Amino acid sequence: MAISAGLHENMQIYLPIAEVSVNAFLLLGLGGLVGVLSGMFGVGGGFLMTPLLFFIGIPPAVAVATEANQIVASSFSGVLAHFRRQTVDLRMGLVLLIGGLVGAALGVVVFNYLKSLGQVDLLVRLCYVLFLGVVGGLMFIESLNAIRKTRKGGPAKRRQRTWVHSLPFKMRFRTSGLYISVIPPLIVGVLVGILAAIMGVGGGFIMVPAMIYILGMPTKVVVGTSLFQIIFVTAFTTMLHATTNFTVDIVLAVLLLVGGVIGAQIGTKIGLKMKAEQLRILLALMVLAVCGKLALDLLLQPAELFSLGAPGGH
Amino acid sequence: MIRFLLLVLFVMAPTFARAGEEVVLGLSKDKVAITTSFNGSEILIFGAVKRESPIPETPLHVVITVAGPDHPVVVRRKEKWLGLIWVNHDAVEIDAAPSFYAVATSAPMKDVLSDAENLRQRISIGHAIRSPDAPPDVKDSASFTKAVIRIRQKAGLYQLLEGQVALDQQTLFRTAIKMPSDLTEGDYTTRIYLTRDAKIISTYETSIDVRKVGLERWLFTLSRQQPMLYGLMSLAIAIAAGWGASAAFRLARRD
Repeated sequence: MAISAGLHENMQIYLPIAEVSVNAFLLLGLGGLVGVLSGMFGVGGGFLMTPLLFFIGIPPAVAVATEANQIVASSFSGVLAHFRRQTVDLRMGLVLLIGGLVGAALGVVVFNYLKSLGQVDLLVRLCYVLFLGVVGGLMFIESLNAIRKTRKGGPAKRRQRTWVHSLPFKMRFRTSGLYISVIPPLIVGVLVGILAAIMGVGGGFIMVPAMIYILGMPTKVVVGTSLFQIIFVTAFTTMLHATTNFTVDIVLAVLLLVGGVIGAQIGTKIGLKMKAEQLRILLALMVLAVCGKLALDLLLQPAELFSLGAPGGH
Repeated sequence: MIRFLLLVLFVMAPTFARAGEEVVLGLSKDKVAITTSFNGSEILIFGAVKRESPIPETPLHVVITVAGPDHPVVVRRKEKWLGLIWVNHDAVEIDAAPSFYAVATSAPMKDVLSDAENLRQRISIGHAIRSPDAPPDVKDSASFTKAVIRIRQKAGLYQLLEGQVALDQQTLFRTAIKMPSDLTEGDYTTRIYLTRDAKIISTYETSIDVRKVGLERWLFTLSRQQPMLYGLMSLAIAIAAGWGASAAFRLARRD
């Protein structure tokens, strides 16, 4: 009895920046769960983790900033596994990254402008619902069709020539087996960067489908390349939050990332054993589930209509 | 316990030279240290009433308040927008609301304190919150103040402990105040009011120092004073942990 009580007390840990006391094992578990998803799908997992942290009582500003730091860790862990298997297209990653950093800087400007208008909260939520819904829905339908086609035994059509292939400034991306213009990857990078800054996530869940469907990259390369790009974007975001809002909680980050890096390794292994269509349909379902939850939050009457906040914050 | 109180009383007696009834106070701790394993705290507040005349006929009552530092709060209310989704609509800014507030009394509030005294000394939770400057389009600003109380009561940050002060022979009193784990740093003002006939006859004030210590203090200070270094340290830890896990899994696979 006494021992179990002692253990219970030791599990609680006080977070210096968030200023709340939370259960350490709960955070390790959450980190692990999101890490597995991160390794499997090449998404940072921020779109999943951030709402979970809100739910366990971490102040939103701290959750968003700390989450960025944790994504650096799990993406780094995941990308190393992909480097060893040579499933990272470095050249494509760098092009996307250039676009991504430009986009993130633009996104911060847009975010601050919206904040001055008020209602930035609502916009972020609507952004989530819209993008998660569209991306998840399209991916779900596409991968369902792909699975049906392979079942029928018909030849799975791979890449077709689209507008992407008729643009100038062509570059060879050997790892992806592509010879395309650098303009589409740059634009994708910028757009994802803007959204990532506004929504406070790495943007993997938008990046991954964009790479598959717009750029026509093979799914296996997409995951590693996305993780590679996410490391830099989230590291940039972490520094931005740490120096301007002082909201990165290093103790929270360590607890999440210990679970996260282990999870990412496991996730990468699972991901390599699964078929591309299965991987995509699972990611689509997960994205749709989060979308549904957020949509319900907006549609149903909340139990408490009032909320408290600090002036000037969001 | 009683012997200890009497000792305290004896030692501190010379400092209370005024006539009438005075409070001699003890705290189980006057410092709350927020450490890594901090999970809330309980403070025992006890004391004695020192008097030079016989005990009057009317019963004595004790009110004890503990108030954390004041901070401004923005209260937002959701409303249905276009008959479809719930969005934050009205917002009221409250200039100052205590981050923690506990009131403990030796009997129901209405028997202990008159409304006038309560209002003057701002003892009840509702009075401790400065009334909001509501924008002209918000008519029911009182409901916003009520929301602050409701939400913080649910979180254990505001407590009304009626009848929770034990009072022995109109002389010795004690109560225990539970503080939740999400405390704000600062001086927690602790006041003791002695009342008779619902009027305050004596007041005593002290403060409890709530501070982060050790690693918590070091990290908090670093994050505010050297944010660049703190950010880089966070990133370094993230990269090291990512690399460490990857290397560990490689080793595990080789075995």
